[in-house]
Amino acid sequence: MSDLLAARFQMAMSLAFHIIFAVVGIAMPVMMVVAEHRWRRTGDPVYLDLAKRWARGTAILFAVGAVSGTVLSFELGLLWPTFMRFAGAIIGMPFSLEGFAFFTEAIFLGVYLYGWERVSARAHLFAGAMVAASGALSGVFVVTANAWMNTPTGFDLVNGAPVNVRPVAAMLSAAAPAQVLHMTLAAYAATGFAVAGIHAFLILRGRRAAFHRHALTIALLVGAPAAVLQPISGDYAAAMVARHQPAKLAAMESLFHTQRHAPIVLGGWPDASQRRTRFGVPLPYALSLLAFHDPNATVTGLDSVPRDQWPNLPAVHLSFDVMVACGTYMAIVGLWTAWLARRRTDFARSQRFLLAVVIGAPLGFIAIETGWTVTELGRQPWIIYGVLRTADAVTPMPGQPWRTGVFALVYVFLAIVVTVLLSRQIVRSPMHTGEFRTPGGGA
Amino acid sequence: MSAATVLAGTLVVALNAYVLLGGADFGGGVWDLLARGPRAESQRQLVAQAIGPVWEANHVWLILAIVLLFTCFPAAFARIVVPLNLPLTGMLIGIVLRGSAFAFRGYGGDRDAVQRRWGRVFAMASLVTPLLLGTTLGAVASGAVGGVATAAPGDFAARYLAPWLAPFPLSVGVFTLACFAFLAATYLTLETTDGPLRDDFRRRALASGVAVGAAALAGLLAAGPAAPLMRHGLLGSGWALPFQLATGVVALTALGALVWRRYALARRCAVLQVSLVLWGWAWSQYPYVVPPDLTIEAAAAPTVTLRLVLAALVLGALVLVPSLFYLFRVFKGSDRRSAVSHQ
Ligand code: HDD
Ligand code: HEM
Ligand code: HEM
Repeated sequence: MSDLLAARFQMAMSLAFHIIFAVVGIAMPVMMVVAEHRWRRTGDPVYLDLAKRWARGTAILFAVGAVSGTVLSFELGLLWPTFMRFAGAIIGMPFSLEGFAFFTEAIFLGVYLYGWERVSARAHLFAGAMVAASGALSGVFVVTANAWMNTPTGFDLVNGAPVNVRPVAAMLSAAAPAQVLHMTLAAYAATGFAVAGIHAFLILRGRRAAFHRHALTIALLVGAPAAVLQPISGDYAAAMVARHQPAKLAAMESLFHTQRHAPIVLGGWPDASQRRTRFGVPLPYALSLLAFHDPNATVTGLDSVPRDQWPNLPAVHLSFDVMVACGTYMAIVGLWTAWLARRRTDFARSQRFLLAVVIGAPLGFIAIETGWTVTELGRQPWIIYGVLRTADAVTPMPGQPWRTGVFALVYVFLAIVVTVLLSRQIVRSPMHTGEFRTPGGGA
Repeated sequence: MSAATVLAGTLVVALNAYVLLGGADFGGGVWDLLARGPRAESQRQLVAQAIGPVWEANHVWLILAIVLLFTCFPAAFARIVVPLNLPLTGMLIGIVLRGSAFAFRGYGGDRDAVQRRWGRVFAMASLVTPLLLGTTLGAVASGAVGGVATAAPGDFAARYLAPWLAPFPLSVGVFTLACFAFLAATYLTLETTDGPLRDDFRRRALASGVAVGAAALAGLLAAGPAAPLMRHGLLGSGWALPFQLATGVVALTALGALVWRRYALARRCAVLQVSLVLWGWAWSQYPYVVPPDLTIEAAAAPTVTLRLVLAALVLGALVLVPSLFYLFRVFKGSDRRSAVSHQ
């Protein structure tokens, strides 16, 4: 493995790992706060038990999110020193703001987790709300930085160096609104569905305690609206990509030839050497319609892109299709949820609905991982689109595969431990109706 | 004073906060590892209780420092991370293991063998991370990182090992570890009202305080040949001698206060002592971010960026200072009821 490949692999691995915990850190506090709020309003101790158990699980995930994020901050330099020398002054701003969001988040998380008996009810709820708000804000800021890599702006390039730097303009790059919206919704949709899926599974397995029914309701409350909105925001993101990153769009859709009435190809294997997609199912006009909202629009194909600037086609195309498939399924389940809620049906009564929710549990996270694969692999060979090549940004230090290997071991180890610890938490959740520990005894 | 200098100062403030707060967390891990005697279990528990609510917030200071470095001084960041890749990588792995081990131990379940195993990981990582952090800072201070550009491109050892695998940086690593242990033990005397437990940490604070002195002396000796710039800064210039004397007086006062059981005074002196050392280092290397040749002004980002970051810092501080104050008042105030109630 070359040093460049190892560095890319390590970056991808670290981000793919971090994003799971980051997403949970964005959405879980919302659920905790909703549960606590309901407890304070209704006095039903099941809600308190729920808030405390969720907080316990979240604490583990938060710690892993924090340390894996710290690793990323250093890795930006350890792996891509040239990129950081180029971009630090331009996109350091969102990272600095993110730093403050982390602070607020960490401070109020401390108050929330350890302050149940030390601060007033209002202060506690407020702390939870602050954790939720600053979590969402950190995601917003860092995605802004990523959006700039896709649609760089806010500087002039003179002799290969950035001058006349405008950091605020860089934060407001063309890709930022679409990516921020799509990512934030993704966090709520994925976490909401995952938590709902776990509790639906336990209900199906016969644990009918009020605990699980309440948990299912709150998780769907957070996950379902986001899942319904996600295809709309994805369409907005695709329109942005079509306008600003034609090579990425062509790779996503496996479009080899620039054409009007461009089709969407579902699935299939893009064959770069033959310049055609094998086994795919084409939907005529669909791409022109979706990308430019006009069936006659011309869509740029890969033939307009120099061959050495093509991203990895099968990875980008298939990742995109997987994301869209997940998104479609989740949106349907989201609509089903809304329908049941309107008819005031108890979610726990419909076996088929519960099963659908269980199937949806991993899909949000799969969509997030594949979606980021589209964004990041689709940008290749550029680390800053059209400006700096990834190969020119990598560290000059030899032996990268060894260090990547060590990191891989650490991540595998952490992943195993987190899984074991969380499943212990879940296994110990209440079994029967009405079973819960008294609040005084701690959960 | 230029915006770049103000931001360089802010960076040292963030590092200072990390050393005083995050550093003490690491020191707590050291005492977890060295817990001995009939009260070993209570010692461990006190450490966990003291760190629990604040460790997330404490470690964000490091992130703030690194973000300020790459935003405001991108050229310095790019130059430091390449030759120091190995100690930084080691430090990161230490941070990962330590943070997650702490959480796993706290939330992972019952007090059983699994928990003890996480305790050991937590403690070992607490030992390695400060060592490497100090080594990294020492390598920058010594001028070896800045000087690496002259090494032959293919010479792995000269480029990636020699800058930090040398007596001076390593002695700074040991010194850092000793400081963290000293800070932690001194703070912990104020975290409990249990007399014998408090006395355990008083003795540990004294021992580590002496170790800090010894490590400082070793560092100075190593600085002789290896870090002429540093030695000049620490001993040669006009302000240096009074500064060193002041640090020495504070250090002795801290030890005296521990002997006479004046714990609050000891804590104040320990904080002052460690801060003085850090600022002494910063001052001695001024105006360079990466000695011997990269100055603050030369490494600085364009003025717009610096101004925006300054504005963000002021706005951020308006939210942060009251919040931090609140956090520490809730958990470190005088009204200390039993903690860890969520368990
Ligand atoms: C729960 C997760 C989830 C779901 C259900 C979807 N996506 Fe997505 N998608 C993401 C999670 C995600 C993501 C991981 O969050 C990405 C990566 C970068 C980003 O901003 O969002 C993303 C990127 C992304 C991009 C590329 C943006 C870029 O490269 O700048 C497009 C065009 C879409 N998505 C389109 C869609 C469509 C049409 C969906 C319809 C069903 C969809 N996504 C569902
Ligand atoms: C929002 C913050 C993000 C930033 C600033 C960022 C930045 C980077 C950088 C600097 C690289 C290395 C250069 C390159 O290969 O293009 C990279 C690669 C990569 N990142 Fe991201 N990234 C972000 C989010 C994510 C997330 C959340 C994922 C999740 C899965 C991800 C997946 C990848 C992948 C797969 C690569 C490798 C691309 C390749 O090797 O072709 N990124 N990213
Ligand atoms: C290059 C990319 C990234 C870097 C350098 C980075 C850095 C960090 C750091 C340092 C932390 C720790 C904060 C703490 O101590 O509390 C963190 C946590 C977090 N990150 Fe990232 N991050 C990156 C990508 C992302 C992405 C793509 C998202 C999501 C949208 C994200 C969202 C979050 C959130 C919400 C947290 C706080 C929650 C938690 O601690 O689990 N980050 N990140």
